Parts: sequence; C-alpha cells; structure tokens
Amino acid sequence: MARSRRNAELSLLALAMVLVAAYGAIVEANLLDTVTRDFWMPAAALGLVFFGMHLVIRWLAPFADPALLPAVALLNGIGVGFLRRLDLGKAAPADRETLAIFAGTGGRQLAWTLAAVILAAGLLVVMRDHRAVSRYAYTLGLAGIVLVMIPAVLPGRFSEINGAKLWIRVGGFSIQPGEFAKLALLVFFAYYLVRKREVLSLASRRVLGIDFPRGRDLGPVVGVWLISLLVLVFEKDLGTSLLYFGMFVVTLYIATERVSWLLIGLVLFFGGAYLAYVLGGTVGGPFANFYTRAEIWLDPFAEPYDRGYQLVQGLLGLGSGGLFGSGPGAGEPLEIPEVQNDFIFAGIGEEIGLFGLTALLVVYLLVVERGLRAGLAVRDSFGKLVAGGLAFTLGLQVFVIVGGISKLIPLTGQTTPFLSAGGSSLMANWLLIAVLLRISDAARRPVAQGGGPAARPGGGPPEQLHGAPTEVIRP
Amino acid sequence: MNAPLRRVGVVVMVLFGLLFANLNWIQAYKADEYRNSDYNGRVQVAEYERRRGNIEAGGTAVATSKETGGKLKFQRSYPAGTKYAHVLGYKPVNLGDTGIERLENDFLAGTSDALLGNRIKDMFTGDESGGGNVLLSISKRAQDTAYEQLRNNRNGVKKGAAIAIDPRTGAVQALVSMPSFDPNPLVDHDTNVASAAYNKYEQDPDGPLKNRALSEVLPPGSTFKIVIAAAALENGVGKDTEIPAGPSWTPPTSGTEIRNAAASICPEAQVTLMDAVTESCNTGFAQLGVKLGADTVKEKARQFGFEQGDLTVGQLGEGGLPVAASRTGDMQNPDGGTDPAALAQSSIGQNNVRMTPLQGALIAGSVANKGRQMRPYLVKQLLGPDRTTSYYNAQPRELRQPVSGQVADDLRDMMVSVVKNGTGSSAAIDGYTVGGKTGTAQSAPDRPDHGWFIGFALDKNGNAVSAVCVELEQAGSGGSAEAARIGGKIMQAAIADAGGR
Repeated sequence: MARSRRNAELSLLALAMVLVAAYGAIVEANLLDTVTRDFWMPAAALGLVFFGMHLVIRWLAPFADPALLPAVALLNGIGVGFLRRLDLGKAAPADRETLAIFAGTGGRQLAWTLAAVILAAGLLVVMRDHRAVSRYAYTLGLAGIVLVMIPAVLPGRFSEINGAKLWIRVGGFSIQPGEFAKLALLVFFAYYLVRKREVLSLASRRVLGIDFPRGRDLGPVVGVWLISLLVLVFEKDLGTSLLYFGMFVVTLYIATERVSWLLIGLVLFFGGAYLAYVLGGTVGGPFANFYTRAEIWLDPFAEPYDRGYQLVQGLLGLGSGGLFGSGPGAGEPLEIPEVQNDFIFAGIGEEIGLFGLTALLVVYLLVVERGLRAGLAVRDSFGKLVAGGLAFTLGLQVFVIVGGISKLIPLTGQTTPFLSAGGSSLMANWLLIAVLLRISDAARRPVAQGGGPAARPGGGPPEQLHGAPTEVIRP
Repeated sequence: MNAPLRRVGVVVMVLFGLLFANLNWIQAYKADEYRNSDYNGRVQVAEYERRRGNIEAGGTAVATSKETGGKLKFQRSYPAGTKYAHVLGYKPVNLGDTGIERLENDFLAGTSDALLGNRIKDMFTGDESGGGNVLLSISKRAQDTAYEQLRNNRNGVKKGAAIAIDPRTGAVQALVSMPSFDPNPLVDHDTNVASAAYNKYEQDPDGPLKNRALSEVLPPGSTFKIVIAAAALENGVGKDTEIPAGPSWTPPTSGTEIRNAAASICPEAQVTLMDAVTESCNTGFAQLGVKLGADTVKEKARQFGFEQGDLTVGQLGEGGLPVAASRTGDMQNPDGGTDPAALAQSSIGQNNVRMTPLQGALIAGSVANKGRQMRPYLVKQLLGPDRTTSYYNAQPRELRQPVSGQVADDLRDMMVSVVKNGTGSSAAIDGYTVGGKTGTAQSAPDRPDHGWFIGFALDKNGNAVSAVCVELEQAGSGGSAEAARIGGKIMQAAIADAGGR
C-alpha cells in the first residue's frame, strides 16, 4: 500500500493534456478551416504549469490521491480551451490565425491558471500538516464572515454585476470574495464542530423516532441560517446562500451523524426560500430580485427576449447541441449572453453535446468522491470534516450552477469551478484542491514511513482505517 | 464519522444524477423543440449558410438573396418592395416568418426532404447550390395593376384589398392588401432595425401587416344578392320572373323600412329578377330572401363557400395562407325563430353577413366557370436549385360546385347585364364579356360605406379568363363604381399577361 502512484498521476496528466490539445485542434479546424502549427501551444503552456504542480506534489505530498490533479487539470484545460474558442469566435476571421496565446479571455484565464496553481503549490509548501490550520480557525472564521459581508454592505456600483451583489470592484478589477470565504468558513465550521460534536450529537430529545437536538444547541445552526438568508436578501443570490447553508448543514451532519440536522436544515432552507419568494411577490423590496429569478425559472419562455433571455438562450444552446454536440468550435455559444461566466457549461454543452457534458460531470464527480474518500481515510476528525465539507461544497456548487443553467433549480450567479472565466473562482478552487491533496496525502501516507503526520509511535503494519478511532483536537 | 461521509457521497451522486437526468431531458427529449425554436438564433446562422432560393412571379424574382460577407452569409431582399408584401411575407432574422416565405421555408432553404438528394450531391461535389425556387401563380401585370390602381384609387381610400383568380384553375392572378408594408427593413440583419420596423407596422392603426384579401371580413352589401339570386333560381324563380319590389318595404315585425339606394331604382311594384340584379333592387331582394327563408339562404351561402374556416391558399396539397371564414351570421329572434327583419337585411348583404374578398372572387369565379369553384392556389411550381428539376406542379382541383351549369348560366347573364346596363358599367373591357355585381355596404351609422365589386371576364368563346373582387373600405359615395373600375383594370391586365387580345 505504500505506493505513491505519482507515475500514474503523471501519465493521467499527460493524457489530460493530450485531450486539451486535441480539443484546441478541433476548435481551430472548425473555426479556421485549418489547424495552425501552433495549435498545441496553450495545451503545452498548461501542461508545463501542471507538471510543475506535479513536481511539487511529488516533493511535498508524495502519497496524495493521484486522480485529483489530472482530473482538475482536464477541467481547467477545457475551460481555457473553450474561452480561447470564444476569443477566436469574436475575432474577425482575418485575425483568427494570428491570435496570440495570451490574448483575450482565454489568455487571461491561462495566466490566472498559472497564478492559481502557484498559490496552490504555495499552500502545500506552507501547510505541511492540515491539522495545523485549526490553530487559525477563529481568525479564518472571522475573515470568512467579513469576506461574505463586504459585497453586501458595499454600495451596488462597487459590488453588483448582473443583479447579484457578490463582488468587490475596484477600478477595472473585480474579485469575488465569497469564493475564498467558503474555504475560510469551512475550516472554522470543522473546528467548531469537532469541539462541539459530542454535545450536539448526544444531548437530544426524541420525537417521532428522530433525535432532535436541544433548543439551546440550535443556536449556531440558526445563526448560520440567518447569515445565509441575509446573503440571499442583500447579495441577491440564492446560490451562494444555498452553498453556505448546505456546506454548514452537511458538516454538521458528518460531525454528529444525526439525520435530524439534515432534516432541520432542509426545512429551514426551503421554508426560508419559499418565504422569500412569497415576500418578494407581495412586499417586494429586498426580496424582489429573488422573486424575479424564481419567476424566470418557473417559465423562462414567458419573456424570452427580456428577463428570460439568458436562460432561454442557454437552454436553446444545450438543446441545439443535442446528444453529440456540434463539435468544438462549430457551435454558436456567443448567442448566450455572458457565456464565459455562469453559462459556460451551456456554451460548452452546445459543442460537445450530452455525451461530452456527461463526461465532464463524471470528472467533477470523480474529484468530489475522491475528496470524500480522503475524508474517509484520514484519521483525525478535523481532517475528515474539512475534506468531506470541501468535497461536498465543490459538488454542491457544480449542482447549483449546472442545475441553474439547465432549469433544474432557479438560476444563481455561481461560477462553474475550474471552467468559468475569472481569477477568484480559479484560485479559490485550486486552494481547495491543495487542501484535499494535503489531506489525502495524510490519509494514504503509510504509517511505517515515520515522521509523517499520521505516524504512530512504534510503526507496525498499516492498520484497518475504516472505523479507526478518530482523534479529537484539543486547542 | 465515516458512515455519514459515505452517505454524503451518495447524496452527491444523487445530485449529479438529477443533473444528468435533467440534461437528458433538455439535450435529448427537448432537443428538437429547442433547436427549432423561434427564439434560437443558431438556426438562422445555419440557415443563412446556404443561399435561399428565389420566389418568382412571371419570370421575375420578387424575393431573392444576396451575399453579404458577414456572419449571416446571405441577405434576403424583396426588389418589388411593398407590392408583393402580403403574398411573400418575410423571412426575418429575429421575428416570426410569414407568407410564402414561411409556407415554403423548407424548400426555399434547401432543407426539405424533397431536396435531400440535392444536398447529398453537394456533399460530394463540394458545390453550394442553395435552396429551391418557388414560382407563383401571380400574374406580374395583374399584380402591378392591382397595386397601382388600389393605391391611386380615385376616392382616396386608404384601406382595401383586391384579389383576382383564374376561374378555370383557381390560380391567384393578383393579391393586394392596402395599406401595404415594405418587407425589406423587417429582414435587416441588424435585429434592432428589424424590430423597430416591425413595431412601427404593428402599431399602425391602419394595420398594414394584415392580409385583407384573405383574412378581413366585411359586410358584402349587394354583392351578396348573387347568392340570393342563385337560391331563387333553384326555387322556381326564372331570370325573367317578376318578383315584388317597390320604393320601400317594411318586413313583418319590424319598424324599419328597407329602401333602395335611389328613388329611380325599381319603384315598380314588380320587376324581373334580371332587372332586380341589374339595378341592385334592395326591396326586391329583401322580400325574395324572406320568402326563401333563412335556412335556404344560409345553405346556398354555405354551398358557395361561406362558413368554411379551414381554407388555405398556397400549394394545392396541405398548408397555405389561412383564409378567414365568411359568415352569414345570426338572423334569429331571441326566441329562436327566424327574425324576418334580420333575414331581410341579411339578404341585401347587411346585418351580420361578413365576407372576405377572396370569397367574393370565388363567387364570381364559380358563376363564370359554369358553376364549378376551383380551389385557389398561389404556388404554381417548385423548381430545384438547378432550375430544371421540378418538384411540384399545381394540378388544379375543384373545391365544390355551388350551382348547376344552368343556374350558373342564368347568373352569368344577369351579372353581364349589370356591367352592360347597370351599376357595374365601369368594369367593361373592350373585346371581352364582363359580368359583375357591385355592393355598397353600411359599416356603421357615422362611417362612410364600403365599396365592393365582384366580377369576371369571358373571352369570345365564353371561357372564363379572370374573376376578381375589389373592396374599398369606408369608400363612401361612388365607392362601388370605383371598385368596379379597378376590377376591370385588373382583369384586363391579367388577360394581357396571359397573351389575350
């Protein structure tokens, strides 16, 4: 079991980059009617960046899960490739063949990828043991809340894009603090719950066969619920609110193993969302935006050129792609407004079809399940909660945005992890992956090696991990 | 903590399963609907890749496509502007398409099943031969005349319609609705320009987008007397039989008396049916209608084509421009019995009787064509992109036979008398026998009357060569005479185009 599987990671990474290069070639064949001699350059640049990350993992986290990096690299590469495809589509036909690799949104995304991967590698360097992070839990929790609240309190012109107040805009530069806040808040949740899990899971009252917690223990969950509703109302975004609340409830559930928390969470959330919808329809005011979005979701074709335009165009794009898609570069993703951000999945979906999108979903699922697996295998409660919470949050975010653009749930202003254009989202998600890599390294590191975070005095055979006693961190 | 982690894994799988199921719904089940949605601009980009075929009338392209070099490769254009607007419709980028452009869209675009072989051939040869061509039945000269004469009518009327058909085949020779619109700005590739033009036309109170010739129903006035005369002829009245007339007549149970348009019209107690038609005797026809009864009148109108709501004009198979149903309307008392006053008014084309101009032309046409009414059509031929292969040729089809040959002959004689000796004299054409019937219909107490003319032209051998209906909305005094004059001009042009004289 002591195999590090780093070579498997490297070959999978190479395969991912071949796919990205092939994608670029097909895009050029469809858009330029020829494949330029430089078609491989963006893929090679990305490959170089990811290879650097691979080396860092080899050095600092040799036992990390070998599937994480290649899977994420593939998503990130397809994202860059698609954004470059959009640039090519926008450029005049005469200029297309000479489009530089760092030009346009695609080029900027390439640069952001470099920055994000460096940041992730930096986190691996700094954070040699994930448990050390718990020391800064309160600081991170405070920072998280501040980051969440900044856009809400900023005037609209500094924080609002397309009706969602999720941004800090300074000059031509904008960051989405919520993307980072979710990492910070999760670390805080995990730490808090590890300390409180006994009281939360034991003290209870039994009603209808389900153990319900005591009233006073409900404090924190009600607090987070209020915060997420405030986010919903003041940042006008259901997705972010759903994301934070889901993240908290699920970590709570993992920590306490009590289904009642899930039930309470679901009832609170859907009750709150329904209340906001009703209030939006009657009172309006701060709830009006949410009401509008819900109305669009219920019938986007009611105002196909007006409020429902973006969703309608996204759906038509997906539908036009059909089962097999038009082929990379052969569709018309630019028909969809803002296709480089929220609607990137619809834009890609038109060109790679249901089969391609299913493959992308499976890659996301792979990343999420690998993250959960790291949580299963790691031995400390804090690590379990952080890995499980992060992995679930990533999955939930994919669900929220892909569900939103495909009219499964009301549309919200979330980014699609690793695909959407934008540095904040990319950096935050790469940091998330770095944490998962670190925890999976701790989980898979053989005890015999000694000196590792999970090493036990005296060594001995690798033990059965499932059901192993979990340790509780004392501050 | 491992059990809940595993369950969270299952939850994530369920969430992704929902996404997957929903994507299946959108990309497989709903794919065709979304792909062909009117809101889907992609369809158009693909559609504009291939040169759309021409629509031609009399050998002249009235809708054609020019290469642009832009994202949408071809720009649709209508060289005749407003003249053919209601026949052709338009094929815009962002709005719904209409007219023949909509009807024959698949063939024009080259995507129809019929052109599959052509597309496969293109794939191998690398040619881009474009879509097929639609040849209209429209006579260029008749259409020009109808358009110019309607637009420059001597009464200064702003709204009206004219339609001419070949009574022997049903081929539409001219179809004009006034006011018209220019389809060119509607097909502008700048969707803002197109939307602005559309909104302007849409909000115009005169309704230029409306195809009045096919879809507007108005009280037909005295033109409806032909239907009553046909019913009378089938019920023992001959064309020389004397019928009760008089300067005025008050139907039983009614306080309002029916008068004639002028004191000089049928003041005698009795006139022949022939004279009653020629002079357009209201009192005679009111009494005739009441004597025949509501059921007979309604049934005769139905046999001429009234009440048909599903007639279309395009190809002779399925589909076409929709035609509004002409109606005889309600003639009943509140207790359900026939109201003689309403029946009397209906018999002179008032009360609730409503007719489309096409229906008027069909009545005149079936009289001229020995009682046989042919189904009207606009598409004469579908010609492949190579301009040699024909994919459709109109095979004229009888729609119905409203009257027997004998009754048709009598009606024809009476209508000829109208043009020779009566109210329709301005429709006469040198060298041809022209018959017709004028109509002046009250619209509302404070509004000018509508002017109508339905008529036909016969060549020296008695063959029907054209039938026409002209309607001038709120034309006022002299409207029906002007309609008759325009009707004569249109038929004359149709004859000249067909190589007559």
